[in-house]
Amino acid sequence: MTGWSKSHVIAFLVALLALLPVGVLLELASGADTFFDSYNLKVLGNTLALMVLTALGATLIGVPLALLTAYVQLPFRRVWLIVLAAPLAMPSYIGAFTLYAAFGPGGEISNLIGFTTPSVNGLAGATLIMTLYTYPFVLLTTRASLCSLDASQINAARTLGMSLFASFWHVVLPRVKNGIAAGSLLAALYALSDFGTPAIMRLDTFTRVIYVEYNAFGLSQAAMLSLQLLVIVGLVLFLESRFSGTQERPGRPLALWPNRWQVSAMFLATVPVILLAIILPLFIFGFWLIREGSGNFDISYAWNSTYASILAAFVAVILAVPVAHAALNGKTGRIMERITYLGFGVPGIVMGTALVYLGLKLPFIYQTLALLVLAYVMRFLPLAVGTIRSTTESLDSSLIKAARVLGASPREAFVRITLPLTMRGMIAGAALVFLEAMRELPATLMLGPTGFETLATYLWRVYEAGYFGRAAIPGLLLVLMSALGLALMLHGERRADFDITKGSSR
Amino acid sequence: MLKVNNLSVNYGDTDVVSNLNLELAKDEILMLVGPTGCGKTTILQALAGLIPISSGDINLGQWRATPEKQIPPEKRHVGMVFQDFALFPHLTVEQNVAFRLADKQPADHWITLLGLDAFRQVKPSTLSGGQKQRVALARTLAHKPAFILLDEPLSNLDAALKDSLRWEIRDALKTAGVPAIWVTHDQEEALSVGDRVGILKNGKLEQLDTPETCFCEPASRFVARFLGEASFLPGELNPSDNSVKTALGTAPGIPVNNATGSVDLLVRPDDVSLILDDTGNGEIDWVRYEGCARFYAVKLDDGTLVKIRASHENKAEPGDRVKLVITTTHPLAVFQRQ
Repeated sequence: MTGWSKSHVIAFLVALLALLPVGVLLELASGADTFFDSYNLKVLGNTLALMVLTALGATLIGVPLALLTAYVQLPFRRVWLIVLAAPLAMPSYIGAFTLYAAFGPGGEISNLIGFTTPSVNGLAGATLIMTLYTYPFVLLTTRASLCSLDASQINAARTLGMSLFASFWHVVLPRVKNGIAAGSLLAALYALSDFGTPAIMRLDTFTRVIYVEYNAFGLSQAAMLSLQLLVIVGLVLFLESRFSGTQERPGRPLALWPNRWQVSAMFLATVPVILLAIILPLFIFGFWLIREGSGNFDISYAWNSTYASILAAFVAVILAVPVAHAALNGKTGRIMERITYLGFGVPGIVMGTALVYLGLKLPFIYQTLALLVLAYVMRFLPLAVGTIRSTTESLDSSLIKAARVLGASPREAFVRITLPLTMRGMIAGAALVFLEAMRELPATLMLGPTGFETLATYLWRVYEAGYFGRAAIPGLLLVLMSALGLALMLHGERRADFDITKGSSR
Repeated sequence: MLKVNNLSVNYGDTDVVSNLNLELAKDEILMLVGPTGCGKTTILQALAGLIPISSGDINLGQWRATPEKQIPPEKRHVGMVFQDFALFPHLTVEQNVAFRLADKQPADHWITLLGLDAFRQVKPSTLSGGQKQRVALARTLAHKPAFILLDEPLSNLDAALKDSLRWEIRDALKTAGVPAIWVTHDQEEALSVGDRVGILKNGKLEQLDTPETCFCEPASRFVARFLGEASFLPGELNPSDNSVKTALGTAPGIPVNNATGSVDLLVRPDDVSLILDDTGNGEIDWVRYEGCARFYAVKLDDGTLVKIRASHENKAEPGDRVKLVITTTHPLAVFQRQ
């Protein structure tokens, strides 16, 4: 087949659009005064330190939990897995915000019980928060690898006289190192891209400094820093592409039956993680809600979030359909699909910088909702492409042929067969984009029209102004959105038997 | 009437189908049979317009498709029954059968005729394989195609079902009075259901004729072997009366491709009979018990292996000496010795 179909043309345009931010940044950065200075070096150091420590922390927590949820026959296994994976769905700035407010001198904990705890801030604080919200990446990728391993080798090792822990170390872990690596690289990527946590922890990483430069009208400098950050992101993405899952043929996984004491011990071991990542934020928001009521929260913030996110979801699905179709029809289409995935790797703050500049160049879109929606679409399009692609892939090609030989034109076959059978994927894709857009912070801060306050930006203003108590309602609404997102991912996992990690990083 | 002239299809540089010629009579069932990869399915897809053709033409009277002028599948008045049934999973049986019908009457007719009344409102996923195939057939027939293509319609069904469904499909096609091309890899299916059989090898038609002719007078050794057990007995052809003298006696022959002189006689397992005989002219090599018969391989003294089917009362063990005699009176195909 020669010549491009309509979907190829649209996919090509979308791919060009995805390349736009990099092009814009390159032009913008050419006006920067300094390429790299000593302060820059410090920022680089902080960013890399946060990245490495986060990946390390996520691995240390994620791998044992993966072994636990994969092999140990716990009561309510599914509940364990859902609860332990839940922090993934929460934006880490929620955790950063509440833990910052809870700990330290004058924090809510010391107000409540009069006992002064150490502060959570700086590199240590940011690492703690990042680890708490990224270990599920490692948990899920490692667990997927573990579940595909056959138990026979570990049983062989044990019958040959090796202890259970030694056989985990010598027989199991070497075979799942790709899974672990993939998960820890996802955690590293998240740590690189996240804006909220380093900003709240007052750690000068690239994302925080870019925002500072942007506010100080140093847009060129922000672009230069953005490009430097993109290079690191690119390196991590490259490394990640080298680690695909296990190549072993799936077998029957190991099953370990713990006694009651062991169950209790495991439960106690997981408590601190869940306490810090989920219960404490909920408690703090709930406490503020009781203490200060609704503050001056305006329902229009929630409406603004919803409105912009619905628009983004709608546009993303419309663009994702041709991209997914092109991806399933030959190599050029797949390359285009790959290019649209770029947006997913571009941190929100970098996307924001690029589009602010674009807005300044094209004044008719500056400070409009359209620019914000464009940013959401470019960042979260891959989520929609992924879900639509997987449902389209499972669509049997002989169905279309059958419709055609029964006399249906290509258009009719599409409307009556393809569309209804892929509707599920489109709705799921739209929902994922919607929920991500609802929680997006940095691009919303930079691109929202003046006076356009969303849940995430209101939370940020409250933090900057120091009126923490007013964060209760937006915070709880964002947690609710996260819970919905988690439910959706789990639903997808149950249907398609794929792991939750797909389509969820920021 | 469907007429195919010099049809070729190639994928890249390789010819998958080359120079295919065939013509389909009114309500005729033409079986296309051949080993895996011989181009059977490609031919159907080309006829349906699902893949482009590289030379030749396909002519139905109302339309004529050529490499320059591809006719889209929906304009071809073609019906197709797919190997995996291709039922639309989101539609009920009734909606599937009446997919593009303004008048639902033909759908009702075929649903009833094929015994699907009880399943009208169910989704295909709840049906058994045989029921799915009936729905697929009803859907195709209800749309009143000018000709029907069946792509290994029975290959996804279990053996017991295959036998009965084979006849149901044939009856339905004959009732509808539509010509059909039916692709299969099962030679027994091809011989028993078809009005004519076409044997394909590497994208070329080796022979196209009635089942009897193809079986008894195969155009090549390949066709002879493909349609059933075949042994080749060396002999000398007598040109005056076309009889062949072999180690097992003299038999009437039909020379294929003007074979003369030293020839091989095609012997089917039931053309020969077997007598236990200590002197004899051969020795049992192996035996297979088939219930109502025994199937023997006999090694003749000159080294030729002959396969024969004999009544189950006739019991011989490997190593036993036997005497084989050609008992058939109808002429056997004769090929030039290579």
